[in-house]
Amino acid sequence: MIKRIKKELVIVGGGPAGMSAAVAAYERGLRDILILERDNALGGILRQCIHNGFGLHRFGEELTGPEYAHRYIEKVLEYKIPYMLETMVTGIDKNRILTAQNCKEGIFEIEAGAIILAMGCRERPKGALNIAGTRPSGVYTAGTAQKYVNMKGYMPGKRVVILGSGDIGLIMARRMTLEGAKVECVCELMPYSGGLARNIEQCLNDFDIPLFLSHTVIEIHGKERVTGVTIAKVDENRRPIMDTARFIECDTLLLSCGLIPENELTRSAGITIDRVTNGAVVDGSRETDVKGIFACGNVLHVHDLVDYVSEEAEICACGAVDFIRGQAKGEADINIRTDGKVRYTVPRKLTEIKDTTLYFRVSDIFRDVRLTVKSADRVILSKKKQKLAPGEMETVTISADVIREIKNGEITVSLEA
Amino acid sequence: MCYNTDIKEFYYIRYIHVIFDLISIEVDIMHDICIIGAGVVGGCVARELMKYKLDVVIAEKMGDVAMGATKANSAIVHAGFDAKEGSLKAKLNVRGSKMMEEYCRELGVKYKNNGSLVLGFNDEDRETLNALMQRGIANGVEGLRVVDRDEVLKLEPNIGDEVVAALVAPTGGIVCPYELCMAAVGNAMDNGAELKLNFPVTRIEKTEKGYKVYSGDEFIEAEIVINCAGVYSDDVARMAGDSSFTVTPRRGEYILLDKEWGTLVSHTVFQCPSKMGKGILVTPTVDGNLLLGPTAEDISDKEDTSTTASGIETVRRMASRSVSGLNFGGTITSFTGLRATGSVGDFIINCKDGFVNCAGIESPGLSSAPAIAEYVRDLLIESGVRLTPRENHISKRKPLHAFRELSNDEKNEIIKEHPEYAHIICRCETVSEGEILEAIRTNPKPHDLDGVKRRTRSGMGRCQGGFCAPYVVELLARELGCDYQDITKFGGESYINIGKTKE
Repeated sequence: MIKRIKKELVIVGGGPAGMSAAVAAYERGLRDILILERDNALGGILRQCIHNGFGLHRFGEELTGPEYAHRYIEKVLEYKIPYMLETMVTGIDKNRILTAQNCKEGIFEIEAGAIILAMGCRERPKGALNIAGTRPSGVYTAGTAQKYVNMKGYMPGKRVVILGSGDIGLIMARRMTLEGAKVECVCELMPYSGGLARNIEQCLNDFDIPLFLSHTVIEIHGKERVTGVTIAKVDENRRPIMDTARFIECDTLLLSCGLIPENELTRSAGITIDRVTNGAVVDGSRETDVKGIFACGNVLHVHDLVDYVSEEAEICACGAVDFIRGQAKGEADINIRTDGKVRYTVPRKLTEIKDTTLYFRVSDIFRDVRLTVKSADRVILSKKKQKLAPGEMETVTISADVIREIKNGEITVSLEA
Repeated sequence: MCYNTDIKEFYYIRYIHVIFDLISIEVDIMHDICIIGAGVVGGCVARELMKYKLDVVIAEKMGDVAMGATKANSAIVHAGFDAKEGSLKAKLNVRGSKMMEEYCRELGVKYKNNGSLVLGFNDEDRETLNALMQRGIANGVEGLRVVDRDEVLKLEPNIGDEVVAALVAPTGGIVCPYELCMAAVGNAMDNGAELKLNFPVTRIEKTEKGYKVYSGDEFIEAEIVINCAGVYSDDVARMAGDSSFTVTPRRGEYILLDKEWGTLVSHTVFQCPSKMGKGILVTPTVDGNLLLGPTAEDISDKEDTSTTASGIETVRRMASRSVSGLNFGGTITSFTGLRATGSVGDFIINCKDGFVNCAGIESPGLSSAPAIAEYVRDLLIESGVRLTPRENHISKRKPLHAFRELSNDEKNEIIKEHPEYAHIICRCETVSEGEILEAIRTNPKPHDLDGVKRRTRSGMGRCQGGFCAPYVVELLARELGCDYQDITKFGGESYINIGKTKE
């Protein structure tokens, strides 16, 4: 028989979301906590993010990724919160039984009072992009290249083209340059960048790396190792304009074409997934539609800043602790709809009458618009926004008083002229 | 031992060879058989011949087995209704298809008898379906029937709106072609066959006793040479003085979809065949993905396995006609394979002066491979080679995926002894360090990242190795005793890292 243990709160993932949630749950008085981490150290993806810029909101200073993680690792150690490393969770069912495995315990099960999902996300790989041409060595996602350079100390290449202007791609443009590589250009399919404005400035402009908007890579060349790529401008339907095609010699193509929340476990538990975020549908406390299973961080929706991840993890931890203590919620049952210009909100549901912040992203660049919240065609909240961009996560807070006014159990968040 | 040489003498020579090797003196030894090409045909031929007391060397151009058409094809075991009655293709396809299930069981290779459908979209197609059925019956294929749309829908609810009828072939199946090849070569090696990788044949010299097969200055001497060189089999034949045929690479592009879409159809779904092949198919794979393709385009470059925007578009368009609800957002990868299309219209398998051709092995080559091996064995017997069964022949092979098929309790028993089986390296496909190490240590051994991927599925999932590759590189470097930066993606110059930072 498989060994089974019991825990009040099990957190899947020891990155910034998981650790922040653990620390917050501890500070709310919970003691029976277990963090399960598949890597050989706590910290998650922050371990390889050796650049600075983390923690401005949270700690009022610019920390590197490992430094930010360390703030939480110290707390985990100080509070003696138990964690298991090199431990992979392979299944979760809707009764909150987890199956996990590691070298010491073998395969074992944990019966959890509540579960917080904090598995993070992964990068969209080359295959999903359907780039024509050969399949040589030298094509990596930006994060994989980051791991080789920052963690392993190896150079994946010397002459680089980057497809996609996501933040990791921008960061890697600078990193590769600092390590002596030549970054030829960054190509972005969309007419705007998917990364933060500050990263465009600090990682590309400061190093004279050109950013070609409305451009894509249409062919990869090279038999064994990349010898070059063909790039082309795209029209408004994102189709390549063939007479703008040109060859760029390089030995490496890095991809920064989007992040996908890693929700295999979430699906195995039968939790409903939001088609836009690819993360679970959650309420204000970040509880999914399977009772007692919560989610936070990049597994829920992709964040720009780790500071927001920690913030969300704390909200999530409070929800999980309340659940464990049997505190009922459900004084409200409100669905949140969006108009498409607002692509999604987290949360998607409101189940409590209390001040709640909605996190959202927009589908395009919008200037001088009003972010509007309506209930049954009546505007209950309206805020002027000078500029909204897909690369920047936005927030709007709905007060308890406003929530009380909501009719028909539904609100719509939209952008109005 | 063939040609009446004493077995004891043979082992004595081998023994001497080993001793001489130890003191670094080159000794030329005469092998019984040199197989050129370690694809699925070469692998199955090697496995068959190792059932007998023969000394077999396999010479492979690339750094791993299964690197040509074997690693990029439709992965189908055809029922056998396509090939012309009386052709070698028809005969070997039907025989191979009947052998395949047991063959795979012995080798521990995943095989599924999922049945196949050929779809008809109009009345003309209906006639073709009937003609195919008649041909199939003549070829000895069992259980064929043509059914109407209603019946097709019962078999495959997601079939395309335009489908009016289908030929049902219950004996059709699916198999993993590179797994079959690795297992066949591995089994041959378990019985003593030698595999020489990175040995591109450049010249063949007829000698008094047999042939010298050269790669640059290096050579293998054997009494019999068996040419299983895929798209290069015409070039290899020409080196031995046979210019009777040519082989044209026929490019086929494929799309592989995520496991999420692997159950959209359960049968292999074909369209009506044309002169260029069996059309675009949609099929589940034995590993649970959905495979779409191939296109068919004759080209001249035997190395050009690039994909094209138009080819991928064709696959998408044609596949969507067969099956509704295909979601190309679920694409994991796209790739191109080259079929070795011979100039004769049939498989070219013959034997003259101790030189055997297995050439022009296009579709249904995978389905026929076990039967081709038997056929080659019989050709050798006919040409006067005396075959004596090998004592203590090992016919079975432990599959590399054995661990993942155990129950949790059984896994825990193994983990107690070997904790590395609990350490997951590839998250998407749940592959442990133990399984990767086992693959690296099992014949035919992988030397690069893609080799590990084909053996363990590590890196085969939806993140395509983004997370696990840096760890697998580490395990490979450690096991092979080389530096981290020496590890390649697939041999040659396909280095993953080109140096250290701060250098």
